Amino acid sequence: MAMLEVQNLSVNYGVIQAVKGVSFNINQGEIVTLIGANGAGKTTIVKTISGLLKPKSGGIIYQGNEIQRNKAPQIVQAGISQVAEGRHIFAGMTVMENLQLGAFLQKNRAEIEHSYAEIFQKFPILKKRRNQDAATLSGGEQQMLAIGRALMVKPKLLLLDEPSMGLSPLFIQKIFAIIKELNEKGTTILLIEQNAKQALAIADRGYVLATGTIQLSGTGQELLTNPEVQKVYFGG
Amino acid sequence: MQTFLQQIINALSLGSIYALLALGYSMVYGIIKLINFAHGDIYMLGAFTAYFVINIWHFNFITALLAAMVISALSGVLIEYFAYRPLRKSPRIAVLITAIGVSFLLENGMSYLVGSNARSFPQVIAQVNYSMGGILISNIQILILGIALILMVLLQLIIKKTKMGRAMRAVSVDPDAAELVGINVNQTISFTFALGSALAGAAGILIGMYYNSIDPLMGMTPGIKAFVAAVLGGIGSVPGAAFGGFLIGILETLFQSVGLSAYKDAVVYLVLIIILLFLPAGIFGKNIKEKV
Repeated sequence: MAMLEVQNLSVNYGVIQAVKGVSFNINQGEIVTLIGANGAGKTTIVKTISGLLKPKSGGIIYQGNEIQRNKAPQIVQAGISQVAEGRHIFAGMTVMENLQLGAFLQKNRAEIEHSYAEIFQKFPILKKRRNQDAATLSGGEQQMLAIGRALMVKPKLLLLDEPSMGLSPLFIQKIFAIIKELNEKGTTILLIEQNAKQALAIADRGYVLATGTIQLSGTGQELLTNPEVQKVYFGG
Repeated sequence: MQTFLQQIINALSLGSIYALLALGYSMVYGIIKLINFAHGDIYMLGAFTAYFVINIWHFNFITALLAAMVISALSGVLIEYFAYRPLRKSPRIAVLITAIGVSFLLENGMSYLVGSNARSFPQVIAQVNYSMGGILISNIQILILGIALILMVLLQLIIKKTKMGRAMRAVSVDPDAAELVGINVNQTISFTFALGSALAGAAGILIGMYYNSIDPLMGMTPGIKAFVAAVLGGIGSVPGAAFGGFLIGILETLFQSVGLSAYKDAVVYLVLIIILLFLPAGIFGKNIKEKV
């Protein structure tokens, strides 16, 4: 049984039907990527999974339970954590406060301390800057903070929306390495990317989205070598 | 010099009241970007609560203060729940107009229930004047300043040090991101209204003791002045609101003391115009640029 099953999902964004009957699934331990151009509906799908948007029709089944009507905090509690597009760190608050907020639902003090240690070990720069206003971090550091914050709840499924957006090539490499490492340590990952080549290179499976519907699907390798994908997404 | 110091003492009392009120404006604006025009009327409710519990049940000052704060907090939460929450996804102007409507409802509702005449506020603490080097300070003035400062420090502690305070700040910066870390946004907004309204209730009993007179329309002018104070300090900023409150109090008192009493309200609105023209973010206003 899949860990997450999206069934025939349709979502309206205002008056526009942004997602039209999309189905896909994510198995335990996988990296699955959704790729597609701007406006294809990728972010709408992620926001619907995390509970920020409500679907018009269709279902989202997580570990056997329907979650499409649940509110965002309940979904985080159930183990799905999202790193939003554009990072959305809390500006005006310190790095440490951002991480504390990541642990908002955690009750166990020892576990929270353990999470801090783990995150600081993964991102030493955050430890160095822990008392600094998060708004003063560079774009790449903010992305690390956003990922760190999402990891504070020890998610089973991590949703990453455009984690490489606006970053320097060096930071993009780092972020992808981190995603791979998180996955190897057992976190299942749904990766949304415009950077299709790199996303497919680390993904087990991928889905190609255009104008709100799934056009193609396959393993990362299959899609990487698919002439259609190459033509549209890698510039021929 | 002596007169000047005397006026500063008087200004600090009035400034404390404005500061307490301005904090509520600023917090509510910070979290849902609404100028809550009913805020001044919650202060009126606080004053009336104190009036009744003192007169009917003979509450002492502290218990009356607590009662005023609790009833005001409750009113704030209920107003948010019934009037503003259903409009959470509506354009901001709709909520703003609703706030004005709530303000009218409270003012006229209270006029209907208790009559529109001014009532003299019971002397829950007998006034004692102290003279120091020719400057007169009453125990009520010291009490007002003291209570205001204590409440402001408590508020700052709640906002900076507690989990709920962090949640408030998170929601005011980015409600979606706050929801994604598991914060219940509605609950946090209710909590903010409770805090802001409790401060308004405290201001209500304090002004009752200071001016000895309360009426259902008493919240109108101080409400607007406190709003100016919040804008002056930088709306959304807590220290800014406190600072702006004291500044407006001082300005108003000084104008009065040089014989321009008739213009004491006008000068406050002039300040609003000047601030909006030259320093729209206010003195402590944040000017955050988003990194791409």
